[in-house]
Amino acid sequence: MSGATMTADGTPRWRGRKPSLARERRWALWTSYIMLVIFAFLFLVPPYFELITSLKTSKEIGSGLDPWYTHHPYLGNFISILRDAQFQMFFWNSVKITVVVVAATIVISVLSAYALARMRFWGSQVFATGVFLTYLVPESLLFIPLFRVLADLHLINSTWGLALVWPTLSVPFCTWIMIGYFGSIPKELDEAAMIDGASHLQMLWKIFIPVAMPGIIAATIFAFTVCWGDFLYPLAFLFTAKQMVLTAGIVSTLIHGDVLDWGRIMAANILASAPPILIYAFLMDYYIAGLTAGATKG
Amino acid sequence: MMCLPLFALIGGLVVYPFVYSIYLSMLSRDMHRFIGLFNYQYLLTSDTFHLVIFQSVLFAVTAVFFKALIGFILAHVMHNIRGRDQRLWRGLLLVPWVIPPALSTLGWWWMIAGSYSAINWLLTAAGMQPVAWLALTGWARFWVIVVNVWFGAPFFMIMYLATLKSVPEQLYEAAAIDGATGIQKIRYVSLPLLQNVISITVLFSLIVTFANFDIVEILTAGAPANSTQVFATYAFQVGIGAGNIPMGSAVSLFIFPILAIFAIFILRGVNRRTREAI
Repeated sequence: MSGATMTADGTPRWRGRKPSLARERRWALWTSYIMLVIFAFLFLVPPYFELITSLKTSKEIGSGLDPWYTHHPYLGNFISILRDAQFQMFFWNSVKITVVVVAATIVISVLSAYALARMRFWGSQVFATGVFLTYLVPESLLFIPLFRVLADLHLINSTWGLALVWPTLSVPFCTWIMIGYFGSIPKELDEAAMIDGASHLQMLWKIFIPVAMPGIIAATIFAFTVCWGDFLYPLAFLFTAKQMVLTAGIVSTLIHGDVLDWGRIMAANILASAPPILIYAFLMDYYIAGLTAGATKG
Repeated sequence: MMCLPLFALIGGLVVYPFVYSIYLSMLSRDMHRFIGLFNYQYLLTSDTFHLVIFQSVLFAVTAVFFKALIGFILAHVMHNIRGRDQRLWRGLLLVPWVIPPALSTLGWWWMIAGSYSAINWLLTAAGMQPVAWLALTGWARFWVIVVNVWFGAPFFMIMYLATLKSVPEQLYEAAAIDGATGIQKIRYVSLPLLQNVISITVLFSLIVTFANFDIVEILTAGAPANSTQVFATYAFQVGIGAGNIPMGSAVSLFIFPILAIFAIFILRGVNRRTREAI
């Protein structure tokens, strides 16, 4: 469908009076701002509420006073959770496995994307499509057989088991967007390099990786957020606190404690959400580029 | 061969488990006997599973509809605002998408249903009776959808905004000169141009929402009486919780037909989009 066709007979007739363009624009701007304020308010209520809860003592939370506001911000929850050995372990596990998986993801997807985008071997197009389809496979389809696979490999209840399965969530999408970025590099560039006698690896290292750096950053951010935030796999494959990562650890371990311990739980929650939020705050453009790149090949 | 790790990964940890899953789903509970399609037959006649199918469809369709609608509205609203302001608002509105959903849902739970529920506090302050939100079927279903929409709408907004930015401004100006109202501009200019990206995002989100686990598991874990149970949470409860791996496999395999059908359409959309880009 082409966008420019206004009506079937080609003579667009608009109902109503014709307002002046400037006035209409001003009006549109005002309504836009009002809508934005309303939605921003609605969207930010839960994070705000978490923050307020995290700044209260157990006594204040249990007092039945206004849950939406605190007169005496209290940092004790953050201090206590940061000193909590279990929380430190969850955090360390998350960092360790995420870093390993992100590094592996980038290496695997850059190499394969280069091959799929440039070496036109038999079936490369089909494989590229296959990679995209794998990206669509949701984790909840495969967690039960993967549970058995990990058990057979004696990697159940081990953070390293996660390191094995997490790339299935990150690699397909990263490969897909890297194919897009590599595909947009003009062929003349590698032809020139080829004539100068560059090998494939040299070409990848000297031309493709530097040129497609924004894509690599976007892919890194994606891989990081997917692994850091994953909940189903750790919940299904890890049982003991020692092996837990943050998401599943906070939900399954901290909650069983004191009922009024929500100040600490929310503090843990905020600290666990901080890394993705910080990355987002500083690298928003790359983050968004990664998000929107999924729907096109280039 | 540079693709070897990729193929090993996809073959060993996606394709193989998938085939293995089909095999597992045909075993008896103790995993010693091959019982063919009995698990499927059992599921399809079980009342609980009927509820799961119903709720999965209701949950996914309603949530995706509102995510797309809100995302569409926000993208247009955002498009009216220019420059630095747009960056700021976009940054704020994308926050729900950035927080890991397992963690933010925990915050939601505490806000809705905790023993000192903040929402009930507001109701009481307004002179109304507190509600046991997550213990009542209707409200529990309502809240899992709300949290899902809250989490997912920013993604739609970003996708539509990115497409809107690529629309030549002249199209809107021409429509405005012809006297088009705001709604007419959306109907005759935006919708046709966004048609493709809308179908891609909606189909994609339908798959993801059908297969959702985090939000439902943390908010209600399927309660009350399995009325908010979706495929993923039910598969988890049966397969990992109760240890009936074959039945659990059968449950999660029900996600596959939906995935397969939608994936074909997404692929068509993506290919068309790529051709348009060239």
